Amino acid sequence: MTLLLQYTLVFSSVLLLVALGGCFSEHSGIINIGLEGIMVVGALGGALAMRFLPASVGTFGIVSLSILSALILGSLYSLLLAVAAINFKADQTLVGTALNLLGVAASTVIVKAMNTSMDPNNVSSTIQYIAAKKAFLVNIRGFEFNWFMLLAVVALAIAYVLLYKTRFGLRLQACGEHPASADSVGISVAKMRYAGVLISGVLGGIGGLVYITAGVSEWKFENGVAGFGFLALAVMIFGQWKPLRIALAALIFGLFRALSNVYTGFDFLAALNVPSGIYNMLPYIVSLVVLALTSGKSRAPKAEGIPYDKGGR
Amino acid sequence: MKKKHQPLLRNSGFQALIASLFCILLGLLIGYIVLLFINPNGAWKAITTVVKNFLYYPRPNKQLQYLGDTMVKTAPLLMCSLSILFAYKVGLFNIGAAGQYVMGAGASLYCALAWHMPWYICLLAAIVAGAFWGSLSGLLKAYCNVNEVISCIMLNWIGLYLINILLTTVKEVASPYTLELAGYSPGSMLPNLGLNTLFNNSKYVTIAIPLSILMAVFIWILLSKTKFGFELRATGLNKEAARYCGMKEKYNIIITMAISGALAGMGAALLFLTGFEKWSCTQSSVPAMGFNGIAAGFLGGLHPIGAIFSSYFIQHITNGGAYVDKTMFSAQISDLISAIIIYLCAFVFFLKQFFTGVANHREEKRAGKTNEKMGGEKQ
Repeated sequence: MTLLLQYTLVFSSVLLLVALGGCFSEHSGIINIGLEGIMVVGALGGALAMRFLPASVGTFGIVSLSILSALILGSLYSLLLAVAAINFKADQTLVGTALNLLGVAASTVIVKAMNTSMDPNNVSSTIQYIAAKKAFLVNIRGFEFNWFMLLAVVALAIAYVLLYKTRFGLRLQACGEHPASADSVGISVAKMRYAGVLISGVLGGIGGLVYITAGVSEWKFENGVAGFGFLALAVMIFGQWKPLRIALAALIFGLFRALSNVYTGFDFLAALNVPSGIYNMLPYIVSLVVLALTSGKSRAPKAEGIPYDKGGR
Repeated sequence: MKKKHQPLLRNSGFQALIASLFCILLGLLIGYIVLLFINPNGAWKAITTVVKNFLYYPRPNKQLQYLGDTMVKTAPLLMCSLSILFAYKVGLFNIGAAGQYVMGAGASLYCALAWHMPWYICLLAAIVAGAFWGSLSGLLKAYCNVNEVISCIMLNWIGLYLINILLTTVKEVASPYTLELAGYSPGSMLPNLGLNTLFNNSKYVTIAIPLSILMAVFIWILLSKTKFGFELRATGLNKEAARYCGMKEKYNIIITMAISGALAGMGAALLFLTGFEKWSCTQSSVPAMGFNGIAAGFLGGLHPIGAIFSSYFIQHITNGGAYVDKTMFSAQISDLISAIIIYLCAFVFFLKQFFTGVANHREEKRAGKTNEKMGGEKQ
């Protein structure tokens, strides 16, 4: 049971962070389908930091520096989307898809090249970071507390305040709802959209790092993040683009994702003798059903996905 | 009446061709720069290996055989790119081609290995399975307003685990792979009609290759020459206007996703029924074929005939990636290059506008000159 709780909280943290990222991007008017790729690149940044930081920097050093590394790489990578979508008015779905493919391919190439250059016989796409990973975990009577759980809650609070209580947040939302009127009162739509995408890059990058520290073993970069970026988007839609509801949605989705990891620990579930594939499918099926039920009265930002054209005002 | 002369730069086909070539060249260049960063000594050799693919072999009959292999995998890729461009013309982004492809693979292999059905039934089963999977996204989009990209991704993963469970019943005992098609159900193999003799008697060259090209022509005719295709494209351009004209836009969305899914499903059958590949039942990621189809579709300028060439190109460099020096680089560098190409494809719209702008500018200049001339004559 503690194991279920632990996994639920970890996976919920991933989903919450990434979904909040998507939320900022969409409120500014840019659909970020590329969160999956951003997660992978952020994970790469975090993993490299964990691998190469000397143990002498201490626990706090490892935690903060690898988070910093993940968020820097994630936000740099999200610039690819921002430039294409804001300056070149490209199709946002296409760019996002490209980012997803590019993220996995580029990190695999980099990691494999790094591994083979250090040891010619090593062609795997994993980074050894198990030892450094312990810095993130605090064991409380069998329950592995992960610092990211706290980070996710902090991010939620900041996101809520930023989005609803600050001038920046309200301006950001205006650019996603009606960019022409925002522009007419002197708000730079392009700047706001850049900010939205960059925030999604920061949160997506951190989310990727949490994802790889959640697993028991080292993580293969060629596998990507198994659709987590998209699950996060589903969480965001289910949460109707509102941070608090997103948090609730993340908990529910996290629970189903955790079930597929630990169902063998429950006697009655193990006794059902259902193939493990069914449990693996569960989070995706749940999200489809939930989306089907909740998408009808969608509160999506009205101008999302539409490039803003000053001349069309 | 004489057809009005149109400058080449304004021709949308020409624009698309130049834009695609630009994407390819820039994609290869960026790929090369990445390789230089990784290992400057082997970079040039690696990138030429990727571009050469089967020409890597010195002997012509080997080259022919491996050209055949590349074509065998081009057929399913072409089908996936057709699937994506067909949906895109109707305003839908079918990122679920990968999942529909998985369903097609599962249905065709199960019919072949469990029930020993003849090849055309297996092919049909794959088409139906793909169409069903695609239409689910269409239904969700039409009636529940679910974004097709999200539902497609979810269905990709559901499909993958479903097919893993299904095909576990027909797998080899000692390995995670499905049974050998040639041994267990030779009647389910696609016929080759002697095509294999053209490719140094390659075992895997079958009617799949001409069949996929025929499908490309069929989709081209369907989209550009029929009333049905016109209606679908009209729905894609403006849903409200199409409804206003009495077109059933909900029905059109569902039927589009079904056709799109059928194409991807058929693509899987065209690969797996040749026996070229077996399904691994412990596979934990969705096959890349459907995603590469996005690259091929956009690189081909979203035109079915263009897709034939772009699919071949993408498969050509993907196969070429297998030959690079593994002590320095990994086979994924070709994935990297095709991902860069997809990213660059997003700029095609901008490039086309740029070309039109250049053409406009030239015309203005010319008009200005003739005006000057005329003015001069008057004086």
